[in-house]
Amino acid sequence: MRKAAFAAFVGATAWIAASCTARRSTPTLTVWALGREGEVLPELISDFERAHAPLKVVVQQIPWTAAHEKLLTAYVGESMPDLMEIGNTWVPEFAAIRALRPLDREAASSKALAPGDFFPGAWDTNVVEGRLYGIPWYVDTRVLFYRTDLLARAGVAGPPRTWTEWIAALRKLKAAAPPGGFAILLPTDEWAQPIILGMQLRSGLLRDDGRYGDFGAAPFRRAFGFYIDLFRDGFAPAVSNVQIANVYDQFARGDFAMYITGPWNLGEFRRRLPPALASRWTTAPLPGPEDGEAVSIAGGASLAVSASTKHPAEAWQLVEFLSRAAIQSRFHDLTGDLPARVDAWRTPALARDPEARAFWDQLHRVRPLPKVPECEHIARKVAEYAEMAIRGKMTTGAALAALDRDTDRILEKRRDLLARRKARP
Amino acid sequence: MSAGTRNTRFGWVFAAPALLVIGIFFLLPIAAGLVLSLVNFDIYSIGDPSTIRFIGPRHYAALFRDPAFGQALRNTLLFVVVGLPLTLLPALGAALLVNARLTRFPSLFRTVFFAPVVTTLVAVAVVWRALYHPRFGLINHALAFVHLRPIDWLGDPRWALPAIILLASWKNFGYDMVILVAALKNMNPEVFEAARIDGASSFRQFFHITLPLLRPALLFVAFITAVGYFQLFAEPYVMTLGGPLNSTLSVALMMYREGFRWWNLGYAAAIAVVLFAIILAVSLAGYALQRRREL
Repeated sequence: MRKAAFAAFVGATAWIAASCTARRSTPTLTVWALGREGEVLPELISDFERAHAPLKVVVQQIPWTAAHEKLLTAYVGESMPDLMEIGNTWVPEFAAIRALRPLDREAASSKALAPGDFFPGAWDTNVVEGRLYGIPWYVDTRVLFYRTDLLARAGVAGPPRTWTEWIAALRKLKAAAPPGGFAILLPTDEWAQPIILGMQLRSGLLRDDGRYGDFGAAPFRRAFGFYIDLFRDGFAPAVSNVQIANVYDQFARGDFAMYITGPWNLGEFRRRLPPALASRWTTAPLPGPEDGEAVSIAGGASLAVSASTKHPAEAWQLVEFLSRAAIQSRFHDLTGDLPARVDAWRTPALARDPEARAFWDQLHRVRPLPKVPECEHIARKVAEYAEMAIRGKMTTGAALAALDRDTDRILEKRRDLLARRKARP
Repeated sequence: MSAGTRNTRFGWVFAAPALLVIGIFFLLPIAAGLVLSLVNFDIYSIGDPSTIRFIGPRHYAALFRDPAFGQALRNTLLFVVVGLPLTLLPALGAALLVNARLTRFPSLFRTVFFAPVVTTLVAVAVVWRALYHPRFGLINHALAFVHLRPIDWLGDPRWALPAIILLASWKNFGYDMVILVAALKNMNPEVFEAARIDGASSFRQFFHITLPLLRPALLFVAFITAVGYFQLFAEPYVMTLGGPLNSTLSVALMMYREGFRWWNLGYAAAIAVVLFAIILAVSLAGYALQRRREL
């Protein structure tokens, strides 16, 4: 009996070992893609697989909400995929933990892609301390969505281009709004809006190479005050995303005429707004301050190769394949994501899309978050303290002081490491 | 060797597998958590373990200066203190009603009251978010009906925690009810018959027979519910993510946020240790209370 069990055990082990070697003989490339991108990727890469047989590409779909944790856990557990999609605000973090393979050499010698093929702001988010860690896959930024009919009814000539015009438009919209209605929707739990306003006044958000918070300094202080006043003056309701049951319903009803949001809402607005409203909304680049720049934030996702991959050459070939203009525009057709490659925008689908034009314009003027691993944590703190000030729990001054204090605490370890790195020759 | 010590030794041998499992899966993680709370393990440490430093109780010092933690602690305590009676009283009431002889279809009601317990919280959250909606929610419609002003349940920092408490009580009282029903069913009907013959009103029967006999079961459900409520996590996680203004941030939610969102595992471990200490203290106090009553 015991002998039989032992034989079975040995047999099983041998079988597992054999199947492992068998697996090794056909190289497989594991790719993690997030959300909707993970659904369409297998379809997108069938040509690649055919051209690179016997190489097999295994695509795993990861939900966006769990992706960050899963990637970190995979890194700790040494089970990283060969190629992965990552949010481009995560690049500094994954670069800091050495999870990503630098791609400078590949990019420099590549015939298929060059930095100039992409939006410069998007390319830049992948460069950390002078090294390239990812290739932009699709881009994302925030622009102004607005109701053309409501603006016309309120006597606003067109989308505002400056902060002064913006305030004037908001005042008219608020006066014309139905009772309980507002001029603009700025969900209080989103950090992008106050941070973009700061970037527009050229605040670096952090100072001393990302060692300390710089929120108390004049540029951000002014931007923050401007943002808080949008609520105090009654232009925007003090509501967070969890309180908004259905933003599309409320936009259709005219509860607000303007909304700052991202490209994913192009598709959502077309799908969810009633047909009668189809020609009554559009998009515009963000207004900017007279003495600043009308910039927005550089978002999106990149393709990155893991540091531990055994197939770096194949992974890079897939990156090149996915960066082809034709594939990028097909990717746009399937997902609605905006291509990171500039020449993919010449295809009719994008070139003739009136609502995408604002994104095209804005994408030439985008700034990244500070490239420190802690940037998302700090960004969340910005929203937290902005909410405190909006709801009158703190004065703007106290909120900014607390924000700087929390930021300095978050960056404590970074300061430590930088000091130690300097001490070492 | 006496028979006694031999028996003891056999006892240990038989208990060893269980002890081993408890040691590996329970005591070891607790010890590891304690150690983790004393080092600065964070996102950098994943890439380069040499950046880990022993920092002693500095996390604890920072924790008690962190306004978010103070808020989380207050929210959690409030949740337990208010939520516990709000769960136990409906549970007791429902148990008595379901168990009453006059009630028709008792098993139907038992199922109805127990249904929230087995329903996925995410599905429950969708329904409750609609109920709580400031403009279209059923609850505010009811308020308008009695001429009360609408309440922004999940958006107003003063009302968000009460809203979460209400949801949690509704979701959890069925479990307590089922245990109390079982205890009620186990009671000897002769005691009640005797009381009735002696002329005791149903009011007196309840306070002098039912409640004393129910005490062990009540203490048990109070215990289980309180310990569960100290670990409040899922309800605010799906309903409000801790907001607005951290008004629904619980200790467990803050621990999750610090640990798995920002990867400050050292800091998160310190939060876990504090939560563990609180629950341990409450459990010991409850245990002592029970023992004293029994003597």
